[in-house]
Amino acid sequence: MSAVLRHREMLLVAAIALMVGLIAMRFPAFARPGNLATVFNDTSILVILALGQMVVILTRSIDLSMASNLALTGMLVALTNANYPEVPIPLIIVEAMTIGAVLGAFNGVLVWKLGIPAIVVTLGTLTIFRGLTFVVAGGTWVNADRMSADFIGLQRGMLLGLPVLSWFAVAAIAFFFLLLTRTPLGRSLYAIGVNPSAAVYTGIDVGRTKFIAFVLSGAIAGLCGYLWVSRYVIAATEVANGYELTIIAACVIGGISIAGGIGSVGGALLGALFLGIISSALPVIGVSPFWQMAISGTAILAAVILNARGERKQGRIILKKAEAA
Amino acid sequence: MHTAAALRAGELEPGTAVAQPLLSLSGVSKSFPGVRALHDVSLSLYPGQVTALIGENGAGKSTLVKILTGIYRPDEGEIRVSGDAVRLQGAEHAFRHGITAIHQETVLFDDLSVAENVYLGHAPRTRIGLIDWRAMRRQAADVLKRMGAGHIDADTRLRDLGIANKHLVAVARAMSIDARIVIMDEPTAALSAKEIGELFDLVAFLKGEGKAILFISHKFDEIYRIADRFTVFRDGEMVGEGMVADTSQNDIVRMMVGRAVDHIFPERQPNIGGPLLTVDGLSHPTEFDRVSFELRQGEILGFYGLVGAGRSEVMQAIAGMTGTSAGSITLAGHRIAPRTAADSIDAGIVYVPEERGRQGVVIGMPIFKNVSLPSLARTSKSGVLRLAEEFRLARTFTERLDLRASSLSQDVGTLSGGNQQKVVIAKWLATEPKLIILDEPTKGIDIGSKAAVHAFMAELVEQGLSVIMVSSELPEILGMSDRVVVMREGRVAATFDNAGLDAETLVRAAAGIVA
Repeated sequence: MSAVLRHREMLLVAAIALMVGLIAMRFPAFARPGNLATVFNDTSILVILALGQMVVILTRSIDLSMASNLALTGMLVALTNANYPEVPIPLIIVEAMTIGAVLGAFNGVLVWKLGIPAIVVTLGTLTIFRGLTFVVAGGTWVNADRMSADFIGLQRGMLLGLPVLSWFAVAAIAFFFLLLTRTPLGRSLYAIGVNPSAAVYTGIDVGRTKFIAFVLSGAIAGLCGYLWVSRYVIAATEVANGYELTIIAACVIGGISIAGGIGSVGGALLGALFLGIISSALPVIGVSPFWQMAISGTAILAAVILNARGERKQGRIILKKAEAA
Repeated sequence: MHTAAALRAGELEPGTAVAQPLLSLSGVSKSFPGVRALHDVSLSLYPGQVTALIGENGAGKSTLVKILTGIYRPDEGEIRVSGDAVRLQGAEHAFRHGITAIHQETVLFDDLSVAENVYLGHAPRTRIGLIDWRAMRRQAADVLKRMGAGHIDADTRLRDLGIANKHLVAVARAMSIDARIVIMDEPTAALSAKEIGELFDLVAFLKGEGKAILFISHKFDEIYRIADRFTVFRDGEMVGEGMVADTSQNDIVRMMVGRAVDHIFPERQPNIGGPLLTVDGLSHPTEFDRVSFELRQGEILGFYGLVGAGRSEVMQAIAGMTGTSAGSITLAGHRIAPRTAADSIDAGIVYVPEERGRQGVVIGMPIFKNVSLPSLARTSKSGVLRLAEEFRLARTFTERLDLRASSLSQDVGTLSGGNQQKVVIAKWLATEPKLIILDEPTKGIDIGSKAAVHAFMAELVEQGLSVIMVSSELPEILGMSDRVVVMREGRVAATFDNAGLDAETLVRAAAGIVA
């Protein structure tokens, strides 16, 4: 599997390099390190969200509520900041992640204890969280005037030559890489995605593991709630409306199998970067946003077709065995 | 209906048979990679007669049914329907030739109505080519009535019917295309006694209609009640046939089990110690009842029985996968009540399930990760995995099993069935259990891998482990077990010492035949 995956990731790296190369032919400035760092910074939130989503998708589930969770948590931390500007930012971050995790735990409990399919649960909470955002804000929004300088400034600060926001993405990449490759939990996430039945016999609690995945994706959505609100300096009901599809698109392009059990941190990162480059480069070369959507869509289909081809060979072997048994 | 005397005359002189067989197979063979499922098999089904197909699990009955229903193509041999050679191209094609099968669990469409199920694929049409619903309902009702199943409303959703009535719908479907050959694959397995009676009335009706019926069952009382002829399969070959009325149960049992030794089991000097596991009165609301047995240190305890006797369910309860309603489990002097698989693994019990694909290996993961999966608590340190440790663990246990793989990083999905089974066993051994439960450990794997698994089992007990082996293969049970527990219908039917035990005794105990 890892050979195929590596191959797949290399394909994505090549596609991204090709894209950057083509753009650079017309706008050499685009490929300069400084600009690429900016593109990375602009894509940071998507990268972090895609990593959280990946953990859920690995377990054969999906979290459609991430963008709504982000909006609700973003609104709550913005209101906290507006009303208690003295609350330090680290505490705001803890608040964001805690609220996000609680919302994610709500999804997780429904999936775990009631056995409702994740797509149904999170379709419901997608609407609920979005509605709650409107309710807690009383139908208004929080803008720059009501946010403290620290609240807005933290992630714009520079650290070792990179904006702090980029460092959040780097930290998330490191965290998820270690989680998935170096912890028993990470191994369990893959195992229940590939073969939940075998996982049960191995002593893995499938429901509980899914629950943890939802808590993680929730905490990530919450963190991004703060990052988003402070980056775009607005907390409103419509924040990140429909963004769950972009997050899932990044995962799919990155080779994460919707059927569960297949995917890597590198894939999620590349998938998010692919979309990030499209959205930041195409306006530069004067391509309309509608073309951007068409290109993203084509990339999604191409990724799915490539992945399906990669997996089909295994399927045949299983079928043959099933017949022989 | 034909008289028995006429039939016998027909049997003695095939050239002047009372009736031409409706269906005949000759020289049919079918192999799968590493497994010879059927070899040079012949079978004839006559109109108005019930032929019972008898054989142990793995004898090739299912493969035969799949060939007759067009799901598999035979590698060699000929199928004739009413004397004409046919090549069945698929399920639909077999159906068009009048061959239909009624399976243990009916394969119909739960969310369609009875009438739709009966006429799916050949519904009556109106003049402009749309489905003629009214005619379809009327005709379905007619068919049901004709076969004495008028109580089933053609408009009922199939989901709302019990299994017995679903069987009736399946038969009605066969009647609706005027199917002449009806295969019943263990149709009584999920039925109550009363429903079985009704099913037999239906079989009598089908006989009266001149259908040829192939009846597959493990239950001798049923075979003797409704079958006219029998054919016995063993290891993919036809080993005997005749008239049921002329043959005793014991003769049939002998045909089923008598075999050439095709496999040498490892020599063992059992070194049996004190009791390790005591199961007392273990019960489940539906699956098993008051099951008691004892397993001693260093012993291989065989569990024999028909499919559905409740053996796997008892094992799953011991392994923490199924709840129990009463009874106790004592392991090495301590009462245990495992609620999850993790509990029983911690207690030192591992369960290696039957379905290797679904419940065993994690395809797409490398070998070493499969092996270490239940042992991650030991191979990791402060919550961090140590890959080198996992590799070491995997190497230790896969080498002992003589696993053939290019590297431990190879995806298990690329291994043969036998080698996958070795990975599964290595995975469980790596947890260093006291007791290992192997459920059908060699089902569907080739002879060479079987021998390796058996040799390994012998090695396990030599090292003081105890093994429970659930198996439906008599040679394996007799060749490996120190003692054998036979289960029937959720209860322990008998317990035997293997010394001087013969296959017929086991089959009789499992089938409930009083000697």
